Amino acid sequence: MSKRWTPILIPVLAVILGLLVGAVIIAISGYNPIVGYAQLWEGIFGDSYVIGESIRQITPYVLAGLAVAFAFKTGLFNIGVEGQLIVGWFAAVYVGISFDLPAYIHLPLAILAAGLAGAFWAFIPGILKAKLGVNEVVVTIMLNYTALHVTNALIRSIAKGDTTEQIAQTASLRIPFFEEITQYSRLHGGIFIAILTVIIIWFILEKTTLGYELKAAGFSQDASKYAGMNVPRNIVISMVISGFIAGLAGAMEGLGTFEYVSTKTAMTGIGFDGIAVAVLGGNNPIGVVFGAILFGALKYGSLNMPNPPAQIPEEMISVIIAVIIFFVASGYLFQWLYEKFSKKKGVK
Amino acid sequence: MKKKRLSILFSLLLLSGLVLSGCGSKDEGNNNQGAKDGGKDDESFSVAMVTDIGGVDDKSFNQSAWEGIQAFGKEHNLKKGDGGYDYLQSKSDADYVSNLNALARRNFDLIFGIGFKLEKPIGEIAGQRKNVHFGIVDSVVEKDNVVSIMFKEQEAAFLAGVAAAMETKTKNVGFVGGMESDVITRFEAGFRAGVASVDPSIKVQVNYTGAFDKADLGKSAANQIYSNGADIIFHAAGATGNGVFAEAKERKQQNPDANVWVIGVDSDQYDEGTVEVDGKEYNITLTSALKRVDLAVKDIAQKSMDGKFPGGTTVTYGLADKGVELSTTGDHLSETTLTAVNDWKEKIINGDVTPPGTKEDMESFLKDLGVTP
Repeated sequence: MSKRWTPILIPVLAVILGLLVGAVIIAISGYNPIVGYAQLWEGIFGDSYVIGESIRQITPYVLAGLAVAFAFKTGLFNIGVEGQLIVGWFAAVYVGISFDLPAYIHLPLAILAAGLAGAFWAFIPGILKAKLGVNEVVVTIMLNYTALHVTNALIRSIAKGDTTEQIAQTASLRIPFFEEITQYSRLHGGIFIAILTVIIIWFILEKTTLGYELKAAGFSQDASKYAGMNVPRNIVISMVISGFIAGLAGAMEGLGTFEYVSTKTAMTGIGFDGIAVAVLGGNNPIGVVFGAILFGALKYGSLNMPNPPAQIPEEMISVIIAVIIFFVASGYLFQWLYEKFSKKKGVK
Repeated sequence: MKKKRLSILFSLLLLSGLVLSGCGSKDEGNNNQGAKDGGKDDESFSVAMVTDIGGVDDKSFNQSAWEGIQAFGKEHNLKKGDGGYDYLQSKSDADYVSNLNALARRNFDLIFGIGFKLEKPIGEIAGQRKNVHFGIVDSVVEKDNVVSIMFKEQEAAFLAGVAAAMETKTKNVGFVGGMESDVITRFEAGFRAGVASVDPSIKVQVNYTGAFDKADLGKSAANQIYSNGADIIFHAAGATGNGVFAEAKERKQQNPDANVWVIGVDSDQYDEGTVEVDGKEYNITLTSALKRVDLAVKDIAQKSMDGKFPGGTTVTYGLADKGVELSTTGDHLSETTLTAVNDWKEKIINGDVTPPGTKEDMESFLKDLGVTP
């Protein structure tokens, strides 16, 4: 067991333990965990429809998780992914319904609008942190609510109702071929954008000077300042890129899954789940993909658990998902215990 | 060293295996039962619903719809589950389509979507599943296999406004809304029109909290309105309205003689208003503007079962068919108030008065009475 394996081992152990504890909870509540988990599996891989829908659910999680992870690499805790996603969603749909353009311009434009809206929303906490040292956690949380209510007001003024019209087909991410092979699930082409973004971000972080500087600021701001790097500039850049990715996640919803935007009574939750995805993925772009697959699959598959024969109430599933996250988050506890064990032996 | 660590790991895994197998054997008996429930009787009629993110216990329209379906199921000896009646809850907006699809695959004959948020999803699924009947509450979907269920909330709210205007001692009442939406606007418009119809000089304080799930916002809104001299508040704000009740009850607790009232919404909220002060029980729920989603859902299910599914149409429930009502639980309304309420009710049913249902209609209605909105 070399150190190399611990980042993979901890999440895997956490998931196994989470499922086990979940099974105990299900059993105590008088349901059958094996039937329940079989149905969870069916809900993810059962047929082409649910596979398509699972991938559809995973897509925004990849981007939301990536947004959180990217900011985290620079030592920033971007809790505002939720708000950046909401403004991105709105911007994408707005471009999608108000322009009449050929698809090869319309779709990229709508996606770009979503990214820029998210980037702008993240620029605010970025510049405040860089220039005035304002805590980005507080600002991003507040901006989540601002995003929610501002977009609600904009939707009501544009749509004269609670829901906008459908976006033009030239701006849609949906691919007829996907619909055919998955029995009309809402699987859309956004998954390619998500994967492409992951590769680009991985490249930026690992292979470019910018990435090196951003990570350096994450390790130690003072050291990178001493090394002659422009830390405030890096903070702003990091937030803006993180927000751009979050905005893209919004585009997935606006141009792919829903193809419209409606007033929201509450946050979408995708941005917050993105934090869990980033933790699951160890803040690594590639790890985030696996985190998103796990999280999205669990979320979507769990929708099948209230159906017969398992008939496990939906509330129970939220508990199980929470337990898994809890175990991952306390993964460091495992690590600590682990090291403690090995240290003891060293003394002997 | 390596071996030791590995062995710890394995023992952990082993332990997990033990726990898992323990659970398995314990529940084997349930397995058969589940299979039995899953069996579908082709002869019977089955009905199901998908909630919006409020969930089935929201003390509002989701709950009301589920009660209607349960009542329908009991009446026709249906069982919960496939081939009978059931519901699926949605955790996010993305779940509506999946849940509707799951119910359609489980061969339910009639599937309801509760709330305007399911408008687009119902439209989408109804287009794909043309032989399944759908119902949408609070919105309109124009498809042959969809019935749209709407309510004239403004009629019940109008009567609530009449009751408030008759009962207020301070000539000052309040309205607390959730998010601005077409449905909530109908409540506000009806209420203000009702108040002004009795006495145009009564002041109506309007406060939209922007949320249906924030009791704290409801409480502070109510605090503000009561402090500005109102004695009756009508809320149309879902769980945010619980804060309105909390504020009124708090004031009653501090001073049992305080003249504070709340008018409930959707379901009869009499029980929400019960408060005990020094061993004596008080109730501050003046009345409730009822929106009988349960009756509507039951009605449509019955029609559908009898082969008279009103597909492609919009069915609107109002005072005339008891789809909306004013509750009298607790008998807080005086004789004169009740007489006035019933007079106005007659006028609305006869068509002599049409309570406004939109912002524009409300403004012109109020202007005609000499009130500047």
